[in-house]
Amino acid sequence: MPPTSDAALERWEQQEYKWGFVTDIEADSVPPGLDEGVIRHISSKKQEPSWLTEWRLKAYRHWLTMTEPTWPNLKYPPIDYNSIVYYSAPKQKPKLDSLDQVDPKLLETYDKLGIPLEEQKQLAGVAVDAVFDSVSVATTFKKTLAETGVIFCSFSEAVQQYPELVRKYLGSVVPYSDNFFATLNSAVFTDGSFVYVPKGVRCPMELSTYFRINAASTGQFERTLIVADSGAQVSYLEGCTAPMRDENQLHAAVVELVALDDATIKYSTIQNWYPGDVDGKGGIYNFVTKRGKCQGRNAHISWTQVETGSAITWKYPSCILQGENSVGEFYSVALTKGHQQADTGTKMLHIGRNTRSTVVSKGISAGRGQNTYRGMVKINPGAASARNYTQCDSLLIGDQCGAHTFPYIEVKNPTAHMEHEATTSKIGEDQLFYCNQRGIDTEDAVNMIVNGFCKEVFRELPMEFAVEAQKLLEVSLEGSVG
Amino acid sequence: MLEIRGLYASVDGHEILKGIDLTVRPGEVHSIMGPNGSGKSTLAQVLAGRDAYEVTSGEVRFNGQDLLNMPPEERACAGVFLAFQYPVEIPGVATSYFLKTALNAIRKARGEKELDAMEFLQFVKDKAAAVNMDDRLLKRAVNEGFSGGEKKRNEVFQMAVLEPALAVLDETDSGLDIDALKIVADGVNKLRGAERSFIVVTHYQRLLNYIVPDYVHVLVDGRIAKSGDKSLSLELEEKGYGWIEQAAGESCSAGK
Repeated sequence: MPPTSDAALERWEQQEYKWGFVTDIEADSVPPGLDEGVIRHISSKKQEPSWLTEWRLKAYRHWLTMTEPTWPNLKYPPIDYNSIVYYSAPKQKPKLDSLDQVDPKLLETYDKLGIPLEEQKQLAGVAVDAVFDSVSVATTFKKTLAETGVIFCSFSEAVQQYPELVRKYLGSVVPYSDNFFATLNSAVFTDGSFVYVPKGVRCPMELSTYFRINAASTGQFERTLIVADSGAQVSYLEGCTAPMRDENQLHAAVVELVALDDATIKYSTIQNWYPGDVDGKGGIYNFVTKRGKCQGRNAHISWTQVETGSAITWKYPSCILQGENSVGEFYSVALTKGHQQADTGTKMLHIGRNTRSTVVSKGISAGRGQNTYRGMVKINPGAASARNYTQCDSLLIGDQCGAHTFPYIEVKNPTAHMEHEATTSKIGEDQLFYCNQRGIDTEDAVNMIVNGFCKEVFRELPMEFAVEAQKLLEVSLEGSVG
Repeated sequence: MLEIRGLYASVDGHEILKGIDLTVRPGEVHSIMGPNGSGKSTLAQVLAGRDAYEVTSGEVRFNGQDLLNMPPEERACAGVFLAFQYPVEIPGVATSYFLKTALNAIRKARGEKELDAMEFLQFVKDKAAAVNMDDRLLKRAVNEGFSGGEKKRNEVFQMAVLEPALAVLDETDSGLDIDALKIVADGVNKLRGAERSFIVVTHYQRLLNYIVPDYVHVLVDGRIAKSGDKSLSLELEEKGYGWIEQAAGESCSAGK
C-alpha cells in the first residue's frame, strides 16, 4: 500500500519554531530575584513619581501574602520566582527621539520578524509600538496620531507625559490585588503600551504592539492600558514571539481596557511565544490577565485572540458590562500541540440592564496538547434582560491530545436569556481521505479543515491580521500531528 | 486505461476481494453490480486508495502507472475520481474554496497553470451550469447541511470540475428519489466522452436505465461471477442475484 496519511502527519512532528533566534545585544539587567529593592530600582530607573512606586510596593507586599492558583487544568513544575530577572533593557542612548537612534540590531530583529519599524514600510494604517524584553523601543506614526488627539506611546512615556490619565485608570479594571500573577505584574511591570482616544475620535489607524522576549532567564511583565473616551473607537492588535531557550520563561502581563459611553474597543491578539521543543522542554509560561470595562452606556469591548504559542497559556480576557446596553465579545482560537497546555476562556460579568455578550471559543488540540476552555457568565440581579450566547467547539487531531470544557453560568435575574452550545469533533480519517481523493495532500487538508473550524473567529480579526493568523496556524500545525 | 489483475484485498483481516480481473478501456462505462457484501464498495475504495483496506496481492495499472503504489492524492492527480457513497461534511470550508484547492493541486500535478480566483470563478460557473447545479451551493460549506440529493449532485459537480480520466461512482443512486436520480444521471451522461471512463457501482439496475453501461459485471463474494452487456442488468432485475450466486457457488465447489 502507498504511504499512509498517518505518515504524512507524522512528518510534521519535526517542524521547527521559526522565530526562535536570539539577538546578541548588550542588556542592562538587574540580578535575578525579587525584593523591595528591585522594585524601587525599576521604579527609579524609570523615574517614576512616588505614587507609582508606592503602588508597586503595595502590590508586592500583597503578593507576598498570596499563593499561586492551583485550580487551572495545567501541570508544570513550581516556578522559582527568585531565579527570574525582573528587569532587562537593551543598552542604548537614554532617550529616543527618532528611529535613527534605535540600535540597528534591534531594528534588524524586528525586520527579521516581519515587523519593520520604519514608518514608510508600515502596513498602511497600522501604528506599531515595539516592546523588546522589558522596554518599549519604538512607537511609529506618533505624529499622525497626535493630530487627531490620540495618544499612543509606551507605558513609561505615558507615566511621564500623562501622569493624571495613568493615575486615574491604572488598576481601575484590574486592581493591584486582583490575582497572583496580576499582582506580581503590578509590582514589577516594566513597560507596555498606553492608548488614549479622546471623546468622539475614531482612531484613524490600527494600533499594534509587538512584544519580544530576548534575554535569558527574563520575565516579561508588561502592562497595557487603553482608554476610549465617550464615542471613541479604536482597534488594537498585539503580537508576540520569543527565542528558543531550554528554560521556561515567565510572561505575566496585564491589559486593562476602559470604554466610556458609546465607545468601542476592539482588541486582537496573535500570541506566538515559543512553545517549547518536541519533548516539552522550554517554552514561555504565559499567565496573563486581560479585562475590559464597559463603563458607559452602549460601550462595546471585543476580544479576539489567536493563541498558538507558549508552553502554558493561562488567560481569560473578560468584560465587565457595567453600562446599560453595553456589549462584550470574546472570539478565541487556541491551538495546543506537542506538550503545550492551554487553560483559557473568558468571563462576562453582566451588571447593567440590557447588556449583551457573545463568546465563541475554538480549541484545537494536536499531538499531546491539552486544551481547556474555562468560561464564566454571570448575570447580576440588576442586569435585567441581559443576554449571552456561548459557543465552544473543540477539534482533536490525533488520539493523544485532550479537550476539556468548564463553563460556569450564574444567573441572578430571571429575565436573562442564555444560550450555550458546545461541540467536540475529531479531524476524521473520512475528511482527510475525502480531501486526498480530490488531489489535496494531507497537510493542506488539515490546514483547510482547521481554518474552516476557526472561520467564525478569523473573520473578527482586522483583514491583514486574519491572513497572518491563518498562516501562523498553518505553520504551527506543521509538525503537530502524529 | 485501467487493468486490474488478480486483486485481493482485506479489511481488519477479513478477505473481501478474492481475485478481481477487470479491464477498462478509454470511453467505456462499466457497471459493477452485486448483492450486499459482495465487495462492490471495497473495490471502489481500493481503487481510490483508502487506508483501511489492505491489498494482499494483485496489481492495478492505470495508464501504465502502478496505481497501488500511489497515495490517494497522487491517484486523484493522475485522474482517478471517486464519487463517494457517503460524502463527508467539512464545516466552515466553502465548496468553492475546497474545489479551487483541489483543482489547482491537480493542475499543478499535470504541469498546468493554476487558476486564480477570477479564472476559477468563471470556470466553475460554467461547469455548474453544465450539470444544472445551483451555483449558490458554492458558497456553502462542503456538504454541510446538504440533503442527500444535494450531496450526490455535489459529487457529480466536483467530477465535472476536476475532469478525471476515470470516474468511479460508488452507489451514487442510493437514497435518491427518481427526480434526483435523473438529474445525477444526466450530469454523468454529459461528462461521458471518448477519453473518459466510468465504473458505476450500483445495487439496482434502475440507475442503468439512465446511465447505459457498455459492460455489466456481477460481483459475488469478492469475485466477478458473470459479465455481460446491458441485458445482464435487466436479467438481474427480473431474477435477482440468487441464480448467479448459486452458479458461482457451484463453480467454486467444482473447482475444489
